[in-house]
Amino acid sequence: MNWVLDNLPLIADRTWAHLATSLPAILAALVISVPLGWLAHRYRILNGPVLTGAGLMYAIPSLPLFIVLPVLIGTGVRDVVNVVVALTLYGVALLVRSVADGLDGVPPEARGAAVALGYPPLRRFLTVDLPLAGPVILSGLRVVAVSTVSLCTVGAVLGIPSLGLLFTDGFQRGILAEILTGIVLTVVLALALDRLLVVLGRLAMPWTRAEAGA
Amino acid sequence: MNQLWEAVLWCLDPAHWTGPSGIAARSLEHLGYTLLAVVIAAAIAVPIGWWVGHTGRGRGAAVALSGAARALPTLGVLTLTALLLGIGLAGPMTAFVILAVPSILAAAYAGFEAVDRRVIDAARAQGYTGAQVLWQIEVPLGLPVLVGGLRSAALQVVATATLAAYVGAGGLGRYLFLGLKTQDYAMMLGSSLLVVVLALVLDGVFALAGRAAVPRGVTVARRGVNA
Repeated sequence: MNWVLDNLPLIADRTWAHLATSLPAILAALVISVPLGWLAHRYRILNGPVLTGAGLMYAIPSLPLFIVLPVLIGTGVRDVVNVVVALTLYGVALLVRSVADGLDGVPPEARGAAVALGYPPLRRFLTVDLPLAGPVILSGLRVVAVSTVSLCTVGAVLGIPSLGLLFTDGFQRGILAEILTGIVLTVVLALALDRLLVVLGRLAMPWTRAEAGA
Repeated sequence: MNQLWEAVLWCLDPAHWTGPSGIAARSLEHLGYTLLAVVIAAAIAVPIGWWVGHTGRGRGAAVALSGAARALPTLGVLTLTALLLGIGLAGPMTAFVILAVPSILAAAYAGFEAVDRRVIDAARAQGYTGAQVLWQIEVPLGLPVLVGGLRSAALQVVATATLAAYVGAGGLGRYLFLGLKTQDYAMMLGSSLLVVVLALVLDGVFALAGRAAVPRGVTVARRGVNA
């Protein structure tokens, strides 16, 4: 406990760096997955390749990816951009399936009704398909948020700032409290983000509130 | 791209493959860690998961545990066990097992839950005992899902085993961290590629195993429906 009290500024610093790395990755994953998931849902031919690609992507271990990426995108090995891009790729790999599944689950009646009412395709997608697929996408996004916050720490072995630096520093200097602080904070951050998404989901999709309460 | 080529050359150099710290030995070591960890984790998680799935008891706890485990940072667990258990394989292996248990546990009970209740009711109506329902219905029908859980656990351990070189374990991560320390980018990148290949091969093997684990009756029935 003393270690925590003595190092509050350091901990705040690491937490901030952690959020600054993981939040953009989660957002980017969502933004990229929606059109990609739509393609997989809309065009059957793309369904297999997109989902297989996503599965293979997810099988690639994070640290090697952090090291291979710089060669492909022209960054330095210790650049935080590598971590953001890698985490985005993992997020997309998970979310694309949720988006495709969610859109697959939209009742054809609802879609047909929108078409009959004269909704143009984009408006139908944004106001009918996407909201109805929302709960499935949200559950995927929650998994992405939690695993992104957790994976973000791996960059620490390359010296990239995050709560993970508490692990490497604690290990090198033999400070158990530092490692424990890092683990607790990472888990708390992940679970807090998960709760936040649940709340945002209820605000954005009020009709799911009744089901969630049941 | 030039760097990528140099990394591939590093991987292909026969001189790097032999000896006790050659690529062949390190790959086997990496694979050995993974298999051992998955076997130990399965020995712990499968009986518990089956018990939860069969009786329905403790389901809430199992769901909470496997959900919360996703938030657990692998590097944190690894450095914690290394610091507590000291140098040697005990620390990293403990971390691997801790990280592999949740997905196997979740898959073990989820596989049972995916079994059609009517199949179990039919078996009971025919006089199957609880043990017969377990071994002749739930276990074989839940097997494909369980293999899926073993697959994620194995991939999780392959990734964590790479990190384990940071706390002194062997495996392919050794080259990665050595390359990082000596600024040998070809070695670092080459070993990263080797880990990626190892992970993808393992993923493929488990995908095939998952397909083989589907009982023949189920595939016949499914084909019958489609026809």
